[in-house]
Amino acid sequence: MSKPQPSDFAQADLFSSLPKPFIEWFASKGWQPRAHQMELLAKAQNGESALLIAPTGAGKTLAGFLPSLVEIAGRPAKKPGEARRGVHTLYISPLKALAVDIERNLAIPVAEMGLGVQIETRTGDTPAHKRQRQKLVPPDILLTTPEQLALLIAMPDAARFFDDLEAVVLDELHSLVTSKRGHLLALGLARLRSLRPQMRSIGLSATVAEPDELRRWLVGQGPYGEICMSALVTVSGGAKPQITILKSRERVPWSGHSARYAMGEVLEAISQHKTTLLFVNTRSQAELLFSELWKINEESLPIALHHGSLDVSQRRKVETAMAQNKLRAVVATSTLDLGIDWGDVDLVVHVGAPKGASRLAQRIGRANHRMEEPSKAILVPANRFEVLECQAALDANYLGAQDTPPLREGTLDVLAQHVLGRACASPFDATQFHAEITSAAPYAELDRATFDRVIAFVATGGYALRSYEQYAKIKQVADGTWRLTHPRFAMQYRLNAGTITEVPMLEVRMARARSKGAAMRGGPVLGKIEEGFLETLVHGDTFMFAGKTLRFEGIRENACYVSNAQDTEAKIPVYAGGKFPLSTYLAQQVREILDDQKRQEALPKQVREWLEIQKLKSVLPRQDEMLVETFPRADKHYLVAYPFEGRLAHQTLGMLLTRRLERAWARPVGFVATDYALAVWGLGDFGNLLEQGLLSLPALFDEDMLGDDLEVWLDESFMVKRSFRYCAEIAGLIEKRHPGKEKSGRQMTVSADLIYDVLRSHEPYHLLLQATRADVAQGQLDVRRLGDLLARIKGRIRHKHLDQVSPLAVPIMLEIGRETVSGEAQDALLAEAAEELLKDTIA
Amino acid sequence: MPTKSNAMSADQKAFPAETGICSTHLAGVELQCDLSGCLFWPEESLLVVSDLHLEKGASFARRGSMLPPYDTAATIAVLAARIARFAPKRVISLGDSFHDATASEAMPEVFRLRLRDMMAGREWLWISGNHDPDAPVGLGGDHAEEAAIGALTFRHAPAPRFAYGEISGHLHPSARIVRRGKSVRRRCFATDGSRMVLPAFGAYAGGLNLRDRAFNGLFDEATLKAHVLGRDRLYTIGGRDLV
Repeated sequence: MSKPQPSDFAQADLFSSLPKPFIEWFASKGWQPRAHQMELLAKAQNGESALLIAPTGAGKTLAGFLPSLVEIAGRPAKKPGEARRGVHTLYISPLKALAVDIERNLAIPVAEMGLGVQIETRTGDTPAHKRQRQKLVPPDILLTTPEQLALLIAMPDAARFFDDLEAVVLDELHSLVTSKRGHLLALGLARLRSLRPQMRSIGLSATVAEPDELRRWLVGQGPYGEICMSALVTVSGGAKPQITILKSRERVPWSGHSARYAMGEVLEAISQHKTTLLFVNTRSQAELLFSELWKINEESLPIALHHGSLDVSQRRKVETAMAQNKLRAVVATSTLDLGIDWGDVDLVVHVGAPKGASRLAQRIGRANHRMEEPSKAILVPANRFEVLECQAALDANYLGAQDTPPLREGTLDVLAQHVLGRACASPFDATQFHAEITSAAPYAELDRATFDRVIAFVATGGYALRSYEQYAKIKQVADGTWRLTHPRFAMQYRLNAGTITEVPMLEVRMARARSKGAAMRGGPVLGKIEEGFLETLVHGDTFMFAGKTLRFEGIRENACYVSNAQDTEAKIPVYAGGKFPLSTYLAQQVREILDDQKRQEALPKQVREWLEIQKLKSVLPRQDEMLVETFPRADKHYLVAYPFEGRLAHQTLGMLLTRRLERAWARPVGFVATDYALAVWGLGDFGNLLEQGLLSLPALFDEDMLGDDLEVWLDESFMVKRSFRYCAEIAGLIEKRHPGKEKSGRQMTVSADLIYDVLRSHEPYHLLLQATRADVAQGQLDVRRLGDLLARIKGRIRHKHLDQVSPLAVPIMLEIGRETVSGEAQDALLAEAAEELLKDTIA
Repeated sequence: MPTKSNAMSADQKAFPAETGICSTHLAGVELQCDLSGCLFWPEESLLVVSDLHLEKGASFARRGSMLPPYDTAATIAVLAARIARFAPKRVISLGDSFHDATASEAMPEVFRLRLRDMMAGREWLWISGNHDPDAPVGLGGDHAEEAAIGALTFRHAPAPRFAYGEISGHLHPSARIVRRGKSVRRRCFATDGSRMVLPAFGAYAGGLNLRDRAFNGLFDEATLKAHVLGRDRLYTIGGRDLV
């Protein structure tokens, strides 16, 4: 939590609504409450819900708790024999660590003021006896996570537990609302509103593009589709950050994500500042940056590594050292990992492009907890296109432009989970429950028919073939309410609640080989890595993790065993493409820069030269056009398009485009996609075919590709199967994987892929397939964005037939061969292995 | 092999339909592995399937996991098609034909009729498995713990000792290869020329990696091969490529 600072807007009447202990406490610190803190207090005292948008360092957390502290402190003392008091304020944060941190930081002023307010956390780590006690003797303020809220409202005595609830404080709301966790939380909040209609909610958020979406999210929506919004308190931005793009003396590479070229200059910057935070976009980039810095760190500056996959104890060590100002730099992946006190950071270095203007602003906000002082940041583009992107982000930051993604409609898998949770608490009436659910903004559009299908799904799976009626989990009884049929389903619910099933992870352990051939024995745990990545490794492969180069020994039970590799270079280059796609806003800005001589003048000389040569050899696209270049190279022909719509949308476009080229007998062989461009290669001479009119670009890029072609491809895509598994787990169709407890479970469960195949061929319009397709279309395939692109470029495709590769095409040409094959080509790999065996047999 | 990202399957489509079958030798007997996961012995006109796990969906539903209730229909449909294709004189179902002890009796009548249709006019042997130790109820056919025909022995679980000419199931073998940073895992027939373990045939029957310790000591590593069930054809992969 940040400390309030003395401020200019001293107004005597600010104090009037504060009780004496608070006034004295502020005075004793030489502080004054800030205007927004008092404004929020006034709204709360008026019973209003409110959204507070403020940059880091504005004293957001204290602002959120102040109304509750004032109210609790003002309650008359409890008389002996008086019934227990329930939870007054519920605080929900996306991170356990943040809740713990808040407990610590809030305890200080509460103790200093002698308020006697009970503050406790309740997370997955809270021991059972403490949870039990919390039910009997609840604290005044309970700090928890969205998953715990889901469990709390599913308790049979939930209504009693929350019968004194006055306020809910939602921290880091901007990050909570964008995911399925946000959907579950919105439903939980709707439940709380039903239990306590007078309850108010306070949302704390960083700056977002559409504050009104969050304001709706915080309060109940009207029964007839009326839009309701909370109050809004905005703290405008403090001092403008000083951002620069690293003007490197070195050559900026054409492609890649490592920014290795700039390491010397980055280290120089670290040594010139007290404490530097280095942000990257992915874990693998963090590992790489960390190891590159240490290779040249001759002064042995204390530089540490921090990312979500590392073992907790290791992370805590780094955090403690950081808080004590013992570190000069930390390499990190996500601001969310660090919602916590970070000592005196005076520089943020962003390595790689920020991908979004808002993300950049939030990360830079980390540099300084005192909002009146400007933050200082350096952007280090890893390649030439990233220079353009960094320039666009810098301009956006100057303008205060925001590009947080729009909120998604609530998903049906999450709703199914919530329905079962609701039944665990008490019998429900479907009509009332539907009204409650549509009061949650993400579900405001949910029609009754779909809702009834969700109930049927929870009860019996909702299949057209009604063969499971006798096994129903919930049943409608004579009085019309739905009831749980057996308490064991409540147990099942508790084990599977939550939406964080994203990626199955395996523990990474050092192997202690006692002697040759002896079984591996477990050494210290280094952290966790996605099973999907580990499955691609074979014995002896080396990769980077936890700041070390490790040798893969094998997977046993549910752990991956590794040893220290002798060589310093890892053999397996971890995939370094960003996990965030380029935001629509930045993409638009990059297109504008390419079309604007003036804006290009701000770019480094070597990048300007690159664009100049492109103009000579080919052309720079106008901002409303899409450039398509064709050229031969070696024995193949290439078609490179520059839509600038992000890797996900390009990947989808690539799949659909190659299908069309195949049908047009242009014999495509493969494609590769980056955030900026898409390259297809093949045996047919694309350029000639286009010039002779045998191929047509308007036809190739016609919007109708999003119809049947997409449907057909979707059904076969491995991405859909992966999404189906997440949906099936969240919806409770298959049990979640519980790391460490699946030893005997492996054969007991049915693989989601098999279920998908059977369901798709027998009931293609089943609710879960519907939910899966919606997920895929919005998330991994970015179909909406692709649709916008195709509409945008209609009639505006510019074709250049070249006799060799153009400067603009060089970066993507270098990506070819670097990417691994996709799931669709799995059979090709089997064929390869089979051919080798055949050759051996003949030889 | 040229570098391919997102490569297409055009080169595989060139294979003729009969690559859906691959010949193999076991204890000197010529057998045909079928892409569906069943095994055919032409000389004896014998079709072998293993681990049908019929009514697995219903079994899960009883415990509160409402899996799509179409697995039995799907499994029977594929089996019926293979029986129509090979027109075998005898069929052996190599155990775990039903997912639990009550399944054969509780199975909906429509499926019983379809099964009886398939069984009509041919010898049918149910081998007991760990999921279905007793003979199925009211379906007919013979029932045995194991069977020996010519040089071959048929039992549900592979014997722990060396067994020449043994055909079994139970383990649901699947093969995994890793190539160019990608891991591929599919069901397979596993054999070293002395014994063979059949893939599971049931729609909801999963796979267990051949490298799992459950397979330890079963096969001669030098001659181990996996006939892998691909999308359009079988692929024969050598043991040293399996991870």
